Amino acid sequence: MSQRYHVIHETLYRYAAPVSLSQHLLHLTPRSSEFQQVQHHQIEVSPGVAEQRRHVDWFGNACEWLAVRQMHEVLRLIAASTVEVRPGPEAWRKAPGVAWEDVAAMLAAFPARAPLNAQEFALVSPQVPQLEEVRLWAQASFTPRRPLLEATRHLMQRIWREFEFDPKASTVSTPVAEIFQRRRGVCQDFSQLMISALRSLGLSARYVSGYILTHPAPGKPRLIGADASHAWVQVWCPENGWVGFDPTNNLQPDLEHVILGWGREFSDVTPMRGVILGGASHEVEVHVTVMPVELRDFAKLLKEVRERDLTPED
Amino acid sequence: MAPVRPVGDAKPGHPNDPSQSMPRQLLAEYPEEALRFDEMFTADGEPRPHYSALYEQLVGRNAAQLRELFDDVDQQIRDNGVTYNVYDEEGGSIRPWALDPLPLILSAEEWKGIETGVRQRAELFNRLLADFYGPQKLFAEGRLPASLVLGHPGFQRPMHGWQPPGGNYLHILAVDLARSPDGHWWVIDDRTQSPSGMGYALENRLIVSRLFPDLFRDLRVRRLANFFAALRDSIATYAPHGKERVNTVLLTPGPYNETYFEQAYLARYLGYPLVEGQDLTVRDGCVWLKTLSGLRRVHAILRRMDDDFCDPLELRADSALGVPGLMDVVRRGNVLLTNGIGASVLETGALAGFLPGLCEHLLGQPLAMPGVATWWCGEPPAMEDALAKADHLVFKSAVPYQMGRRFNPVFGEDLDEDELARLTARVRANPREFYAQELVAISRAPVLDREHGRRVLGRSVGLRVYAVATPEGYMVMPGGLARTSSENDNRILSNQRGGGSKDVWVCGEHNDPALSLLRRPVSAADLVRSGEGLSSRVVENLFWFGRYAERCDNLARYLRVALNRASDASDDSTEWLALAKFGTVLQLLPEDCNERDAIRMLLRSVCDATQAGSLASCILHLSRAGFQLRERLSVDNWRTLNALAGNVGKKPHDQVGVFEALSMLDDYILSFMTLAGFALDGMTRDHGWRFLSLGRRIERAQFQTDAIEAAMGMGLDGNPEWLLEVSDSIVTYRSRYMARPEWIAVLDLLVADESNPRGIVFQTAGLKDYLQRLNESIEGGMPDTGIVGIHRRMQELDPERDFHPGSQALHEALSTLRWASAELSDQIGQHFFSHSDGSVRVIA
Repeated sequence: MSQRYHVIHETLYRYAAPVSLSQHLLHLTPRSSEFQQVQHHQIEVSPGVAEQRRHVDWFGNACEWLAVRQMHEVLRLIAASTVEVRPGPEAWRKAPGVAWEDVAAMLAAFPARAPLNAQEFALVSPQVPQLEEVRLWAQASFTPRRPLLEATRHLMQRIWREFEFDPKASTVSTPVAEIFQRRRGVCQDFSQLMISALRSLGLSARYVSGYILTHPAPGKPRLIGADASHAWVQVWCPENGWVGFDPTNNLQPDLEHVILGWGREFSDVTPMRGVILGGASHEVEVHVTVMPVELRDFAKLLKEVRERDLTPED
Repeated sequence: MAPVRPVGDAKPGHPNDPSQSMPRQLLAEYPEEALRFDEMFTADGEPRPHYSALYEQLVGRNAAQLRELFDDVDQQIRDNGVTYNVYDEEGGSIRPWALDPLPLILSAEEWKGIETGVRQRAELFNRLLADFYGPQKLFAEGRLPASLVLGHPGFQRPMHGWQPPGGNYLHILAVDLARSPDGHWWVIDDRTQSPSGMGYALENRLIVSRLFPDLFRDLRVRRLANFFAALRDSIATYAPHGKERVNTVLLTPGPYNETYFEQAYLARYLGYPLVEGQDLTVRDGCVWLKTLSGLRRVHAILRRMDDDFCDPLELRADSALGVPGLMDVVRRGNVLLTNGIGASVLETGALAGFLPGLCEHLLGQPLAMPGVATWWCGEPPAMEDALAKADHLVFKSAVPYQMGRRFNPVFGEDLDEDELARLTARVRANPREFYAQELVAISRAPVLDREHGRRVLGRSVGLRVYAVATPEGYMVMPGGLARTSSENDNRILSNQRGGGSKDVWVCGEHNDPALSLLRRPVSAADLVRSGEGLSSRVVENLFWFGRYAERCDNLARYLRVALNRASDASDDSTEWLALAKFGTVLQLLPEDCNERDAIRMLLRSVCDATQAGSLASCILHLSRAGFQLRERLSVDNWRTLNALAGNVGKKPHDQVGVFEALSMLDDYILSFMTLAGFALDGMTRDHGWRFLSLGRRIERAQFQTDAIEAAMGMGLDGNPEWLLEVSDSIVTYRSRYMARPEWIAVLDLLVADESNPRGIVFQTAGLKDYLQRLNESIEGGMPDTGIVGIHRRMQELDPERDFHPGSQALHEALSTLRWASAELSDQIGQHFFSHSDGSVRVIA
């Protein structure tokens, strides 16, 4: 049983002064894999793009580079896709996995006993340092000889229980140490914290950027643009490959998570970053819609998004 | 530590034999211990053959002659502005480059060993990078732990799969060598990102070869110029330029970088424009230089910017120093970036232990020049071993610059028990991030003692050697940069920590042909180069340099006149009131200022750089503008500027009296005249000069209109003599009229006289002419600026009717000019500088 979604990711930059040149690097193309197939994908930008190029990054994610050379005060970018998500193996959610120390030993071995990408995601990365306090904290889940997936599930649960979801508590650059200390943050923070914990134990974990289907409150309609980008974690397990964990929702992704791409941390897969000339200050607005295909036609949905009133919300 | 010879005791033995007593005096402080290798003496205390000639020269010179060597070096360093260290914006201090007059001399045979070792190392490194950024077989085959590379912040993932021109993943390599007690050279460090120091090596050579010309000739010292010619050829060969003439630039992080002098010097020597990130732009898959006449394709970039800064979009530095989109151009092979991004992954001692095996595997030969024994703590047995003998080792970070964290080398022998425990804990927590190195007693070389003149001291010495990829393989510079330890720590060689440098002389077997790339001697007045290819940023700096130079001159003249009048008690008050009003317009005096307060304020305006708009602060602005143009200013220009800025703030403003201030102003004005003279007599009339002159004329037009308006405020009865003084026209006036200044004659001289360089019409004529020439040769010139009309209006003023203080026509013409000149300055900025204007920002 698979699920199909239309995903629309709209980004608006509003500048206080005109921008004469802007260049952007996008990680907004969903990634096809064994468990996910991208059936349609398009990106539209206004004002018009002077140059655009696509390449595949080191981690295998598609990324897009584009330059806008018209003077503009608002940049609007709409990435729209249709994606089929397939169920992962039962074992991901059920199996206990091998003892975590054995996995750590495999990852540290030289000559190597683990695949290169598993080795890579066991290393520290710029925004995810190793922290002694985080390691000690994680140790409570990783008791001696405990099976890897079982221990990781336990860790995920603890993050979900002990940390509060609070969009005001952090920014994209809040350090892991601060999140750990203040015990609040958003999906990106929880994911990077969990990665930091796993890596500090010698395990391999990667950051997954994507979307999650949200469920409207009972009796309310599904709103357009009310969803958000999401992030979670995948852990390397020698028998099961990369197994997903969503510490923000305390669940293992199955049919309601859509993957954009993965890297060592947020900055490897930042959905959209840019360098601008001019502009003074700027504001960003992001609107995401994840819509089961049976509920809405793609073209109609896109039209609705396009025709949305752009006057600032406040 | 080591026993030393008795001090200055020249008496016993042979009192009348100077050849005996002199070396004794010379070597009084020179260490004798034989635990380290001595570059000059054998273990028996005899000078080594290749050092004997230098030794004899030292013995043969008296204290005064030896001191002269220092004086010569110091003077050249000062004159050429050779500096190192971060330019500190607040203090404005730059540390002069430290150079010892005595060269480090290496025999021809010994050099062969170094050359072979370095060449092989470069070749090996290139093969390693080719694997890291290509198939990555070495990890799979178990020859190298992947974590050493993938965990190094210098591993640049965007470069994976990149095919560099000519297969040169490593274009330029620098290797730091040190010599152990047995006389062997060892590799201490590698510099693979954007190696610095070549320019200093060149500058050292120019200075030191002149100190010992005969010695330099007799030893057949190998020349450096061939190496730089090879570097230039190599860049031209590998640059993707199709049929176009290769356009190469040197990319600098800017004047605040610690080695900016060197970058400017190299740029001039190699003939490359020195550019900053904002001078370049990416378009249509290529890199372009923003010039006055539009975009010009760049085929090769010799960069002195660290990897992370090169492309703020993809390499995600927070700073916007670099060129957004550059990575894409590099990957597409449309520009040669030297060194390529990602080579700094080799900058880690942790690699050392694996190199012998890798060399055998990749090159099929043993590693010619070994590294010092190294333990990478990422391997558990190695870590245990290293920690067990920590007191014999030095611990270093395997990741040289991980996001702001720096780990200075820790010497095990320096640590007490607690400190050792802390180090151990730190290493065990992140073993992959540390490696330990054996302590080497590095060799000692003689340096001349600055304090005592006739004495040499022993200092640890290290050698930085350079190699560049050429179609015939790597070529090694026959020479290099020697660095000596500071007194404090013989184990660390660093210019950052106050060590010194030496020229390196490699003895030749035959004479190298003399060849220098410097087309003209450094001391010749250096002129602004070609016109239309000038980068917008340079042009902008020239414009502001012109404005500040003129503003300084104007302020100094005003202050001189105002101070004189204010302190003259019998001064007539109509004049003083007008002068004070003019001072208010210049923002030097508050409104309605009495004479006593005025003197205090004026003195402050002369000396206090913290007061906005003061002469002192203006001089610092001028000096900063000059600093940005450093590679374009002549040595003389630069020296004048240095002297000016050096005087600012020397004495607190409340301790300077009127007399002293006046004499300072006289000196300043002389310097400003000198700078103006350079601009007039020392620069070709290209567009760069025109922008500098536009800046000067605009500034002068504003000052003169303000001055005339203030003077006219006195009315017919006021004496316009001060106006003539402020306008530097009193001599002309007296020679013409020999009388008390009359308004009609004064205004004629200061407004209408086309031959008076301080006159209004002179300024408008210049502005009109320069703009016209710019418009003629630069595509899309400026729209009408109204200057032509204003110039005509000034010419049409009628002396009889208009040259008196009450004239409405004159007043209106002057205010129009005042307004238009400010407008013109903005227009020039928008039109010509807009490429480089506006801040570049990274957003997410």
